[in-house]
Amino acid sequence: MRQFFALLFRNRLAAAGAIVMAIVVVLALLTPVLPLADPDVTNTGDRFIRPFSDGHLLGTDHLGRDLLSRLLWGTRLSLAVGFAAALIAATIGSAIGIIAGYFGGRTDNIIMRGVDMLMAFPYILLALAIVAALGPGLFNALIAVAAVNVPFFARNIRGITVSIAHKEFVDAARLSGMGDMRIILSEVLPNVIPVIVIAMSTTIGWMILETAGLSFLGLGSQPPQADLGSMLGEARSALITNPHTSIVPGAMILVIVMAINLLGDGIRDALDPRLKSGALSRPKPATLVDKNRTEMPPGDPEALLSIRDLRTEFRIKDKIYKAVGGVDLSVRPGECLGIIGESGSGKSVTALSVMGLVSSPPGIITAGSVAFKGEELVGASYKTLRAYRGDRVAYIFQDPLATLHPLFRIGDQLTEAITSHHAIPKKEANQRAIELLRAVRIPNAESRAKSFPHELSGGMRQRVGIAMALANDPDVIIADEPTTALDVTVQAQILALLNDLRRERGLAIIFITHDFGVVAQLCDRVAVMYAGRIVEEGDSADILGNPVHPYTSRLMACVPELGGGKRELEAIPGLPPVVNNLPAGCAFAERCANRQPQCTNQEIELIGTGSRSVRCLFPEKSLVEDRELQ
Amino acid sequence: MNTAVHVENLSKSFVVGKRLLGPPKGIVKALHPLNLDVEKGETLGIVGESGCGKSTLARMLVGLLEPTTGLIEISGEPLQNTDPALFGRKIQYVFQDPVSSLNPRKTIRQIMEAPLVHLHGLGRDERARRISEIFEMVSLREEFLDRYPHEFSGGQAQRIGIARALTADAQVIVLDEPVSALDVSVQAQVLNLLADLKRQLNLTYLFISHDLAVVEAVSDRIAVLYFGSIVEVGTAAEVFSSPRHPYTKLLAESAPVVGRPLKAPENAETELPDPLDPPTGCAFRARCRNAIAECAASSPSLEGPANHQAACFNPLS
Repeated sequence: MRQFFALLFRNRLAAAGAIVMAIVVVLALLTPVLPLADPDVTNTGDRFIRPFSDGHLLGTDHLGRDLLSRLLWGTRLSLAVGFAAALIAATIGSAIGIIAGYFGGRTDNIIMRGVDMLMAFPYILLALAIVAALGPGLFNALIAVAAVNVPFFARNIRGITVSIAHKEFVDAARLSGMGDMRIILSEVLPNVIPVIVIAMSTTIGWMILETAGLSFLGLGSQPPQADLGSMLGEARSALITNPHTSIVPGAMILVIVMAINLLGDGIRDALDPRLKSGALSRPKPATLVDKNRTEMPPGDPEALLSIRDLRTEFRIKDKIYKAVGGVDLSVRPGECLGIIGESGSGKSVTALSVMGLVSSPPGIITAGSVAFKGEELVGASYKTLRAYRGDRVAYIFQDPLATLHPLFRIGDQLTEAITSHHAIPKKEANQRAIELLRAVRIPNAESRAKSFPHELSGGMRQRVGIAMALANDPDVIIADEPTTALDVTVQAQILALLNDLRRERGLAIIFITHDFGVVAQLCDRVAVMYAGRIVEEGDSADILGNPVHPYTSRLMACVPELGGGKRELEAIPGLPPVVNNLPAGCAFAERCANRQPQCTNQEIELIGTGSRSVRCLFPEKSLVEDRELQ
Repeated sequence: MNTAVHVENLSKSFVVGKRLLGPPKGIVKALHPLNLDVEKGETLGIVGESGCGKSTLARMLVGLLEPTTGLIEISGEPLQNTDPALFGRKIQYVFQDPVSSLNPRKTIRQIMEAPLVHLHGLGRDERARRISEIFEMVSLREEFLDRYPHEFSGGQAQRIGIARALTADAQVIVLDEPVSALDVSVQAQVLNLLADLKRQLNLTYLFISHDLAVVEAVSDRIAVLYFGSIVEVGTAAEVFSSPRHPYTKLLAESAPVVGRPLKAPENAETELPDPLDPPTGCAFRARCRNAIAECAASSPSLEGPANHQAACFNPLS
């Protein structure tokens, strides 16, 4: 709650709206005790007194009634009617929406078609019809305004409820023995309330306007009772001669509706989880690079892509998440390098940092070098990065359904990927797109090129994802868990395909995964990451056959392998550390059986012999010893 | 009674493309009629790839989905109406995604208390005692009770999900991919916890997963599901040491294993059949190297000794 207000008041306009609204509401509440003239006493002798006259601060109207008094009483009434209408509309509309969304099927169909019919009428006509049927009067106007706004709430809330009713926690509640009514009240409603509040806060101003509109037409409050709409209506005839009688209530309506709308937008932004996580702040086209970073000379000149001491952080409020804490990696032409680690180990952020694809804010590269064929990419201009992205260095992501555009045919998307880097005729690019689809072994490539992404199976979509990556014949492909979402039989096909392509085209692949089996089958070398750092690196056969870092060996032991029968599994106790609060020294020490006091009081270097290195003071076997044994 | 779960002729069809008037566009048979028995204290592993009907089966077993045909008996009592509250006392469910199975706006205590209140009608003190007993069993600290789900990692959230299933005091638990959303180091912790709980409380598990290696590590018996039918069922040792259905063998060979060279076990063209237009005969024949003429003519049924049956006309020996 405190966080909500902090967010709300950070938005200056919303804060201004809140302050104005607070003043108006306090004035309206205090009206009965303020020393005001009676709003309804007429005194035709004092009619149309100008504002700022003695005894009548805002002047008087055509019957000589004190405008200030009428304004405050009118505001009080208009606000009350507006809030009441909003509350009624929200309650009834949300109830309808929740019932339709929760039960679905026929109930939903019947209710929503009824709501659609209500929405088909122009709202003011509908309100007029209701008032005409019920007769004029403020209370009837309130009913009309509420009724007109019910469909808006019903539709909004139904949509949200549908998505919540299919969440697993609703099933879980059912299995806990709860009935439908109880689930609606205790599981669905609390999750819908923020949306109801948002909808209310953005429509309440509208409802005050609608009520004023009906009163203006003489269908709302009846004389002599003042509300803002009827004051405007009565002043209409004197609009030219005595404009202050119209301006006073008009300005009040403007102030109230503006303040409510600003406040409502602020409430919406503060409550909406998507906006809170920064959906509105557009990420920069390339990851920010810290200007004060320590520059690094590029590493390994023979390597195609070489990363040295790369550090990437996420700065969220006052917390710093060191996602990548000094990574050295390099990959040569035709080589497949595996990066293995658990979620949060920094493997994906490392990969995204290469082409500056980590979203900024909150991501920032604070140190290190990434060199492609000797050219420094950290701190390079967006233009340079863009020329490399997808052309020389391409990515394959985990979920091709999310990376392919749902509204374009896959052939067109491939063509676009080609033409954005190479100015070749459309026809030639089309031809090339079909060749690519063939290269990734998609049957009937010509006809498949005309398919939309949703028409393909998961395996086929990932083949398209690979074809996209291959579109410009890149030198390096960075594959971020490309087979994790796929079934094993499909995974085997995709891995075999990647392996063939790399041999055919001499591609370098950086393959990010959490699966040792995949690393063993595909990768020449592997780097094991833990808490943002590489803890062990070397030839994959070497490492998998002979893991030296306790984390690697314990992690491998955790994974059940086919053919072992029913058994107790080796588990690593504890959880990985959070990267905004890394322990000193070895990040794995807390979970490690070999831990000694030295492990946690000093920085531990990645030490290596030739092709193999490890970041550990007390490895399972010493590397040197290991060499001698071989 | 030694049978914990007895399922007879259970099937589920979904109507797709409902129209206001006239017949629907088609009917998808998500699950073909199947029979299944699970002994008390046994872990039955159910393996299959996406779209094979394993989640449909699981949801019917716990009463979240109404079967089209068939009978479900839990501990000898038939449960025909889809009242999850009735099912809840006998059979519970652990969800795949631990975080989304916990209501984000409720504290862990509120979540844990729901089954105790609604299924067992326990009083306040009794509930607190039971919850601390169960938290002890799944090694969670009691201070977690007043926190909200988003404060937990996947592994902890899954422990809470398991704890919730235990509060219902059901003898049978359906575990629907309970570890596939977890990291490997946490996965092993949760699997071992499940094994401990089973031993302590003499539970019966139906363990559903797409990961053959995980299923093998926890199961006494295995059922392999393909396109809505059981294609092979038997003791875990039998099924894994000598699979008889070609699909089981394909699954086993596809899993990447350290020390086995990479090869695609089948061609790229092979895909699941279209559920709206299912093939005649055996659903696997288009991908099968052993297919014979008979496979296209009629669908095979499970055959063989009780400890190892396969639905195949030309099984592997």
